[in-house]
Amino acid sequence: MSHAAENSAAATAVLREVKPASLPRPLLVENGRSYGWITDKICGIIEGKTPAWWWWCFIVACFVASWTVAGITYLVSTGVGVWGHANPVNWAWDIVNFVFWIGIGHAGTLISAILCLLRQKWRTSINRAAEAMTIFAVVCAGIFPVFHVGRVWFAWFLFPIPNYNSIWQNYRSPLEWDVFAVSTYATVSVLFWYVGLVPDLAILRDRFFNAGRKVRSFIYGLFALGWRGSNRHWSNYEMAYVILAGVSTPLVLSVHTIVSFDFAVSLLPGWHTTIFPPYFVAGAVFSGFGMVLTLMLPLRVIFKLEDLITQYHIDCMCKIALATGSMVGYAYIMEFFIAWYGSNPYEGFAFINRAFGPYAWAYWIMFLCNVITPQLFWFKKLRRNLVAVWIISIFINVGMWFERFVIIVTSLARDFLPSSWGYYSPSIVEIFTFFGTFGVFSVLFLLFIRFLPIMPMAELKAVTPQADPHAHHGHGKH
Amino acid sequence: MAAQPNSLIATFETTADLMRAAETVRDAGYKHWDCITPFPVHGLDKAMGVARSRVPRFSLAGGITGFCTGMSMIWFMNRFDYPLVVGGKPFFSPMFAFPVSYELTILFTAFATIGGMLFLNRLPMHYHPVLKYDQIHRGLDDRFFIVIESRDPKFNLEATRALLEKAGGADITELEA
Repeated sequence: MSHAAENSAAATAVLREVKPASLPRPLLVENGRSYGWITDKICGIIEGKTPAWWWWCFIVACFVASWTVAGITYLVSTGVGVWGHANPVNWAWDIVNFVFWIGIGHAGTLISAILCLLRQKWRTSINRAAEAMTIFAVVCAGIFPVFHVGRVWFAWFLFPIPNYNSIWQNYRSPLEWDVFAVSTYATVSVLFWYVGLVPDLAILRDRFFNAGRKVRSFIYGLFALGWRGSNRHWSNYEMAYVILAGVSTPLVLSVHTIVSFDFAVSLLPGWHTTIFPPYFVAGAVFSGFGMVLTLMLPLRVIFKLEDLITQYHIDCMCKIALATGSMVGYAYIMEFFIAWYGSNPYEGFAFINRAFGPYAWAYWIMFLCNVITPQLFWFKKLRRNLVAVWIISIFINVGMWFERFVIIVTSLARDFLPSSWGYYSPSIVEIFTFFGTFGVFSVLFLLFIRFLPIMPMAELKAVTPQADPHAHHGHGKH
Repeated sequence: MAAQPNSLIATFETTADLMRAAETVRDAGYKHWDCITPFPVHGLDKAMGVARSRVPRFSLAGGITGFCTGMSMIWFMNRFDYPLVVGGKPFFSPMFAFPVSYELTILFTAFATIGGMLFLNRLPMHYHPVLKYDQIHRGLDDRFFIVIESRDPKFNLEATRALLEKAGGADITELEA
């Protein structure tokens, strides 16, 4: 005890001398909102009447989603040749779209898992919606490889289910690793999301019960599992949550790593590089934050969530986009450097061809969107201009789609033999199938914001100043 | 003898009040009691004397099971049941079996963690006396409760009520089973 007292006396003396500036932590919930206000705000979105804009958006989203349904129906009834793939470009928009959507999902897991482990409390107001985004993005991603196999009714051959050929899957193939990575990712993301939802579903169960809406109360109650806010439960719950965050962190890093192995393990110049795993992961997080910003900024305005998604949250998201965008830019430049430094003429050609060959237009769109535009986030003034932030987030989405296009298509279109070179253009079926997935995503996301709490209420309450039981006796250590 | 209530429940306004009351109840030697809070209150486990959660044991078991499942599944499929020649590579090697085993480790850990959490919490449990309290929705919204169950050996209707009152609890109510 006396030791501790001596230390604290010494610390006070030092503090008196150096006169540290007081740097208040930014508030995560502004305007001193109470617990009850948070509950009413988030639950009110679900309990209120369905707004007209929701119906308009939903109808448009359903219409757009029907393009994917139509495209897929036509493909299944005709054959995979209705997509524009032909030698030498046998992977094109389908794999581009797959990698694009999977990448978008990564921000959700990053926010819910990695930022949880790093105790970044600002994650609380955006993690629910970002996790929902992850799940819906994985749904959209899954469509493409499943239908690219051609005979989709054999897609179950990808999984280790005994079949009449008695042949098992080839586990030496990164494509098979991908099956496990993506299906594990989808499953764990859903579990993580659901576990986070349980306490909030219990709130809705009680509120609907008190409002006399018994059917809704029953349905929410069924999924709330009888949650009653017991602290003995919270103790296990928090432990489970942190372990899930702990296993989701290596998971999210491994998923895009394994997606990049689909390319890096092949021998094709432009794909066969060791930089791919970290570069793909950084790109995935970058694109995901682009999408989080695209979704959260309108939600914040529509539902008047300014006290919960503060300027500080937006600053944080912009800064992560800036950091990962800079990593991606570094990777682009490093790829060129290694292509030159490695002295492999095929590798060198692949990169010169990317920047100055027939697909140069795509390369420079990618470069502009991914390397130049996020650099604008260095400026505080720009981060505070939400319209500008939203427009930049769209640029990031576009740029990251082009990144995958550039990697996949340019490398395949100019492979080893000039006699088999080609130029790939998408067919109308591919175009509609891809743009339709934005409809599929929007339909799911609209249903989510209508029926589920878009923010984790329990976690938000826990980061308010009044939640700290020690707040009354100063800011000492405990 | 009048029917013994299932438990006594008391209401608290702030986390600091709850914390002090929890320490009082803990020090009075009760075992079958609980706090109802809308969010996990930092430090309340210690104030209640709740031991560290045992969920990690389930997670570890799940992870080991997942990894072994991956490795043995791939060995069985590609080496034992139907040896498949691909590019002259070995039929089995832990190297190429690693990515899939790694994913299965995570998958099984996640299931075991959630299963373990639900098992330790005895959930799903859609019926519980506490859920019949007409103010229980506040316990998920903005109030804090302490519940002391009558099956606790130290439970005595008058003495326990007095303890909760002394600890600062308001609206002390008897809950039926």
